[in-house]
Amino acid sequence: MIELTVNGRKHNVDVEPEMPLLWVLRDVLDVKGPKFGCGIAQCGACTVHLNGEPVRSCSVPVSAAANHKVLTIEGLAQRGQLHPVQKAWIDHEVPQCGYCQSGQIMAAVALLAKNRDPSDQDIDAAMTNICRCGTYARIRTAIHAAAKTLKPTKA
Amino acid sequence: MKTRFACKFEPARRRFLKQSAAIGGGLSVGFNIPGALAQKPGAAVEINAWVVIRPDDAIIIRYARSEMGQGSMTSAPMLVAEELECDWRRVKIEYASANANVKRKRAWGDMASVGSRTIRNSQEYLRKAGATAREMLIAAAAQQWGVPASECSASNSFITHGAGGRRLSFGKVADAAAKLEPPKDVKLKDPKDWKLIGKSVKRIDIPDTVVGRQRYGIDVQLPGMLYAAIAQCPVFGGKLKSMDASKVEGRRGIVKVVPLETFVAVVADNWWRAKEALRDVHIEWDVGANGNVSSASLMEFYKGGLDVQSDVATARKDGDFDQAFGSAERKIEAEYYTPYLAHSCLEPMGCTAIVKDGKVELWTSTQNAEASLAVAAATAGVPLENVEVHRVQLGGGFGRRGGAQDFVRQGVAIAKAMEGTPVKMLWTREEDTQHDFYRPASLVRMKAGLDGSGKPVAWYSRVAATSIFETLARVPLKRPFAPADGVDPQSVASLYDLPHAIPNVKVEYAQRTAHVPVGFWRTVGHSQNPFVRESFMDELANAAGKDPYEYRRALLANSPKDLGILEATAKAAGWGQPLPAGVFRGIAETEAYGSYTSAVAELSVDKNGEVNIRRLVLGIDPGYAVNPDNIQAQMQGSSVFMLTAMFWGEITIKEGRVEQSNFHDYRMMRLREMPKVEVVLAPSGGFWGGVGEPGQASIAPAVCNAIFAATGKRVRSLPLKNLGLTLA
Repeated sequence: MIELTVNGRKHNVDVEPEMPLLWVLRDVLDVKGPKFGCGIAQCGACTVHLNGEPVRSCSVPVSAAANHKVLTIEGLAQRGQLHPVQKAWIDHEVPQCGYCQSGQIMAAVALLAKNRDPSDQDIDAAMTNICRCGTYARIRTAIHAAAKTLKPTKA
Repeated sequence: MKTRFACKFEPARRRFLKQSAAIGGGLSVGFNIPGALAQKPGAAVEINAWVVIRPDDAIIIRYARSEMGQGSMTSAPMLVAEELECDWRRVKIEYASANANVKRKRAWGDMASVGSRTIRNSQEYLRKAGATAREMLIAAAAQQWGVPASECSASNSFITHGAGGRRLSFGKVADAAAKLEPPKDVKLKDPKDWKLIGKSVKRIDIPDTVVGRQRYGIDVQLPGMLYAAIAQCPVFGGKLKSMDASKVEGRRGIVKVVPLETFVAVVADNWWRAKEALRDVHIEWDVGANGNVSSASLMEFYKGGLDVQSDVATARKDGDFDQAFGSAERKIEAEYYTPYLAHSCLEPMGCTAIVKDGKVELWTSTQNAEASLAVAAATAGVPLENVEVHRVQLGGGFGRRGGAQDFVRQGVAIAKAMEGTPVKMLWTREEDTQHDFYRPASLVRMKAGLDGSGKPVAWYSRVAATSIFETLARVPLKRPFAPADGVDPQSVASLYDLPHAIPNVKVEYAQRTAHVPVGFWRTVGHSQNPFVRESFMDELANAAGKDPYEYRRALLANSPKDLGILEATAKAAGWGQPLPAGVFRGIAETEAYGSYTSAVAELSVDKNGEVNIRRLVLGIDPGYAVNPDNIQAQMQGSSVFMLTAMFWGEITIKEGRVEQSNFHDYRMMRLREMPKVEVVLAPSGGFWGGVGEPGQASIAPAVCNAIFAATGKRVRSLPLKNLGLTLA
């Protein structure tokens, strides 16, 4: 049995230790927000947070997540309140098909947690997830917009 | 919008669970999903196939086609709502059922989202459906008041009697309205009176997406469901010879190994176990006759098409090309090549199905639910009425999930082998890259003759390529569907419909049927031939010593829509104005899918071959612009899609199989490589053009013409990586 905390809930899963975290989330725990795109940590559609760090869950064995905290897109909104990144994604109509967007949002949230006012270069370096529909310009705009709402309000 | 949609995800989630639960209790064919009707039985009233009204004034507008990010699930219902005169804030959108479409004699018409035609091909019947429902609601209110309907009007989900000032909401009269005979002829609004069409309306699916509640084919979860991974014969057209699954027998979670004609499926209790076990199944393939085909042998095959005298069809013949070319002052000739491309939808192909008691239910990301239904019925051997295709969002489509329904055939075949148990089949990325229906490779020979002033008097194109229509869609290349017998219209798109004033034109098509399967890849023929046409046009302008913009303007003087978007885009880009040292411009213009597009690229090329695109100005005239912000999004997305293809996209063949396998060797553009894209939305009105695909058409030639301006090197073959160029 491997113990995992996913979005604040504890789970014990009886699976092979090498089974990727992504497939434990999707097929065992029915957490479908993280998506499968490539299986080799290239596309980032499966991005979740492991102890606050963005990871590509298709390439993280579940054993590496044992006793750690996993946060997925489903756990981002707090008490019904969307995260500022999610709000900015709606305001700027970022998604097209939307398949990559839970990964994009988790990557953006992780970036803003470390860097409240990222430059374009910071965004270039942090946002390496593939979007096949080509929403990159809006992702950039929405991250800047979310950063504004995260900054301490000026009097 | 802090709207209903932001708070909607709870019901949406419940709805999905309900739909999932429904299958657990047995088949639910005919069940309308997602089903507002099912939520409150008897409460909602269907006015017609498209409009359902609840007593609480919630308006349900049905949507028949697919949503894959192109935004039509929002913009098509806008057309109904415009005429219905309902309160858009109270509109809910639900998919029409493919099964009901069979049973109700195609009440919803074509369900396919292909060819950028959702709006342009359904706008008339959608607006009429809205107007018809509105007239019925007005008539019902007028009857209740005992006044002539002509004295009443509808607005914002209320009917008002002009003189008395009485009001009734749609919900109050829906029941009575549904019993009335629909009017035969309804008058549609004058475009100047539109309230919704032309407004940037928020897409209805986005709030679910940003909280991870959007459901794609891959996300379906059913009680007792098993999972399948498959391996297909790596050489197209090959078959399974034998297999040995003894190594995985009894392995944890493995339920069954299913050998089928062209693939092997491992069925397990989760997908990862199925995929892992598949690697240990020893499979021998009969690769057939194509095991030695390579990219080089294919190139020879296409080259042959440029020179053959027989089996060549003439797509267009104006005047006498041979005579005019023979006597031209100057002669220009060139050959252009565009490669095979994969679609690489981020959601790999997949299909979840259950076959039970002569019925089939499936959940799949499809661009054509009717086609999926028909393929499922044929595969399972059941009547069409016994199949339901549950609708889900698509994780990208780009043409991959429309014409080819291979994934449905496979999913249903596996489910049939596992009768009574729902099975979710999913491809790996490697299968997805190596078993696509590729954008055809195409080799084109161009010739033009110029007169003494540099004007083209003769123009010739010969295309050698595999026909998508004949090999995938199995549509015979006959008139009037084909421009001429034997011509695939997509193979010669943008060439046979050349809008330029050139008196002697000959366009030929040499069909070359290779073993590599081809399909509709976003923008199809217009994804490659504009590169040929507009680059060659640049060659002519250069030979004539003319400015490439002015050269095109002169030739488009009698094609006002082409000319209009060319001028609007050039103006926005500041064509002719000075640029910083080392920065150059290129321009192109193309019609595609009923819309007119133009692009101006502004770039520099450094000594390492890094192309720095400072600005890409992209113009489109779609006639009417239904949802302008969505058009902007499609233009931005088209830029990424085309730049990815033109810089890196190339599927190569070795020993009959595809060499690329995943994103490490089939590269996609990333955020840091995205140039600044400025969209010039110039709707001139009076027609309905597409928006999902046209944006791509003019980009490659504009960029390549700018590269020529910068380097003096003419790009005649894609992708640019093969020429040592990359995107900075």
